Amino acid sequence: MPAFFALVRKDLILFLSDRRALLMSLVLPIVIAAFFGSVFGGGARGSAIDVALVLQDGSPIGAKVAAGLKADANLHVTEMDLAQAEKAVRRGTQGAAIVVPQGFGVAAGSALFGSPSKPAIRLLYDPSQPAVLSMVKGLLTQQVMTVVSAEMFGGPMGRQLTERTLGGMAAKGTPDPDDLVVRDMLVGVAKFQALPPKPGAAGQPGGGRGLSMPFTTHDEGLSSGPRALGYNGYAHSFGGMAVQFILFMGVDMGIGLLLARRTGVWNRLLAAPVTMPLVLLARAASAAIIAFVLLCVIFIVAVAGFGVTISSFPGFVGLALCFGLLTASFGMLIAAFGKTPEAARGIAMFATLIMVMLGGAWVPSFVFPPWVQQLTMVVPTRWAVSGLDAVTWRGLDAAAAAPAMGVQVAFAILFGLIALWKFGRQQR
Amino acid sequence: MSVLLSVNKLVKSFGNRRAVDGVSFKVLTGQTVGLLGPNGAGKSTTVSMLCGLLRPDEGEILFGGQPVTTGASAVKRRIGVVPQDLALYEDLSARENLHLFGSLYGLKGKVLAGRIEHVLTQVNLLDRARDKPSTFSGGMKRRLNIAAALMHEPELLILDEPTVGVDPQSRNAIFDILEALQAQGRALIYTSHYMEEVERLADHIVIIDHGQVLADESPAALYRRLSAQAALRVELAEPANGALMRALAGQHGVTALEASGPTLEIRLREPGDAMPVMGWLEQAGCRPLHFATARTSLEDVFLNLTGRTLRD
Repeated sequence: MPAFFALVRKDLILFLSDRRALLMSLVLPIVIAAFFGSVFGGGARGSAIDVALVLQDGSPIGAKVAAGLKADANLHVTEMDLAQAEKAVRRGTQGAAIVVPQGFGVAAGSALFGSPSKPAIRLLYDPSQPAVLSMVKGLLTQQVMTVVSAEMFGGPMGRQLTERTLGGMAAKGTPDPDDLVVRDMLVGVAKFQALPPKPGAAGQPGGGRGLSMPFTTHDEGLSSGPRALGYNGYAHSFGGMAVQFILFMGVDMGIGLLLARRTGVWNRLLAAPVTMPLVLLARAASAAIIAFVLLCVIFIVAVAGFGVTISSFPGFVGLALCFGLLTASFGMLIAAFGKTPEAARGIAMFATLIMVMLGGAWVPSFVFPPWVQQLTMVVPTRWAVSGLDAVTWRGLDAAAAAPAMGVQVAFAILFGLIALWKFGRQQR
Repeated sequence: MSVLLSVNKLVKSFGNRRAVDGVSFKVLTGQTVGLLGPNGAGKSTTVSMLCGLLRPDEGEILFGGQPVTTGASAVKRRIGVVPQDLALYEDLSARENLHLFGSLYGLKGKVLAGRIEHVLTQVNLLDRARDKPSTFSGGMKRRLNIAAALMHEPELLILDEPTVGVDPQSRNAIFDILEALQAQGRALIYTSHYMEEVERLADHIVIIDHGQVLADESPAALYRRLSAQAALRVELAEPANGALMRALAGQHGVTALEASGPTLEIRLREPGDAMPVMGWLEQAGCRPLHFATARTSLEDVFLNLTGRTLRD
């Protein structure tokens, strides 16, 4: 055992004395995670979407729709002309632009009462942000329905339109059965419009009359930490970046073994009364220890500096240990199959980047198409990232992280056995 | 002296190429064996098998009667290895390097600390114990390489070209260390391309070529294999004629003769034959303008045995 501990000690001293390795493995993931965390939400609530409004309609309905959009906390509305709006969306300074055309108010009111010609609102959007389009459409629909129905049931435009429609029906002579039903409904609407405004509804469109959303929502983000703080985007970015850069450390460990074989240090070690599996095991143990400590230190910074909450300490420690083993075995695999350090480095870096990308280290895996999500089940980093998500921002317990631990250990055993087999063949 | 290491009919092939083909030799206690061979002769493969790095396809290696095998063989604790490549961690201090290699051989605690001080003193690096090899000269790195192999006080030290790339001063320092080890009765196997090093150290020489042992003898016995053990170079006033050359070739002690203009290259059976030949030349009216004598070197022996030089 002194030989085993001496080999592990040697690797730890070498790692700590290598400032570049420390910078790569510790400082860079923290800096990049802090950046991505702040970009993707950080610890704050979601910010309002920048939307340009081109109001070409001078009717009260157009003005009220504009006022309603501006009052919505989810939107940051700036009024401008069409040319400016197009330019702003093309440049990406506005996520979308809403163009309310001339005559919209009248046409929309008529359409509500059955007119076949419906006015069109143009929506210009940045194709790189398709989600913005859906969100703006939903908020616009809500505003238009509320304003137009209120105006039709209580506003002066609605009264004029009702009178004009009833007049038109009377002038038509013998009505068909459908027209009779519409006429009866419009007579009822005219009586409704003649009622005095509701107390306390001053200032509301249509005197507080009209259609309104038939429900309200109570939004509750389920995550770890104080509910008032909501989702902490730093938790995912720290997990993802830690996984990525610690795997890079694993790659470096594998390359180090290849360099040792090239320089003769490897043969010198094996000339001593130690077995090759012992030398490999010691290297794997030191890599696992380094990976474990790095992950812990990175998350200490995340907790202390960025408000990340760890919901299960045992779960986190278990995941960190399992990821340490996975990192070590990944490095072994690279050392076993790499022909030269130079070639192995390129291939290993590529493989690592693919693994962390598919593993959801950059963006959460739930944004991937379903088939990609299925594919990522066989990517070990997916389990590392989802496990860390579980015990950080998702606020789950150690049991929820157990599958992620199990899969990582299984991958570590598989990689380790393959590497040992390959090393054994090379030694003969 | 008893047999310390016995190498019996070693065979090792890589694919269809037989790198080592029936190599056998012995190392006695306290003996220094020089292992000579040109590049590709099978020398490194043999050394790798002696160190337990490669498993022979056939044959056996016995150290003190016990087989040397790969893995954690206990016999390896009795053998020290100084590889040709510098097998050091450049970013560990000299002391930390020795701590590691000592620990690999089971040393620990005060014994380990004591051995580190001892070998650092032995290789004259005690004042650089805290420095990293990356700050050392080539010669200092080579000395540390030897120190690492001495940590566990091996009975046999295998040195694979330990002076490659070092300056003459450092080479002498290494030789002083090795001669001190010889004086302590330590057995050495020394491989080198430098004949003068082997001549200086070895009391037994094994010459390998094409995976086979061509000679396994003392240096004196190797010299006796040659018909000529000395050479005499003579520069005359004018080129020698045919009659003179024939008469000279028949003189006692002359084994070969070669003329190049006025210069004669005369091969002699032994160095003592030089003076009678010089006297005969004077009597024949050919007073030499210049002359020089040289003893036959191990290089000549090697050339005679393999047909090529060590650096071929």
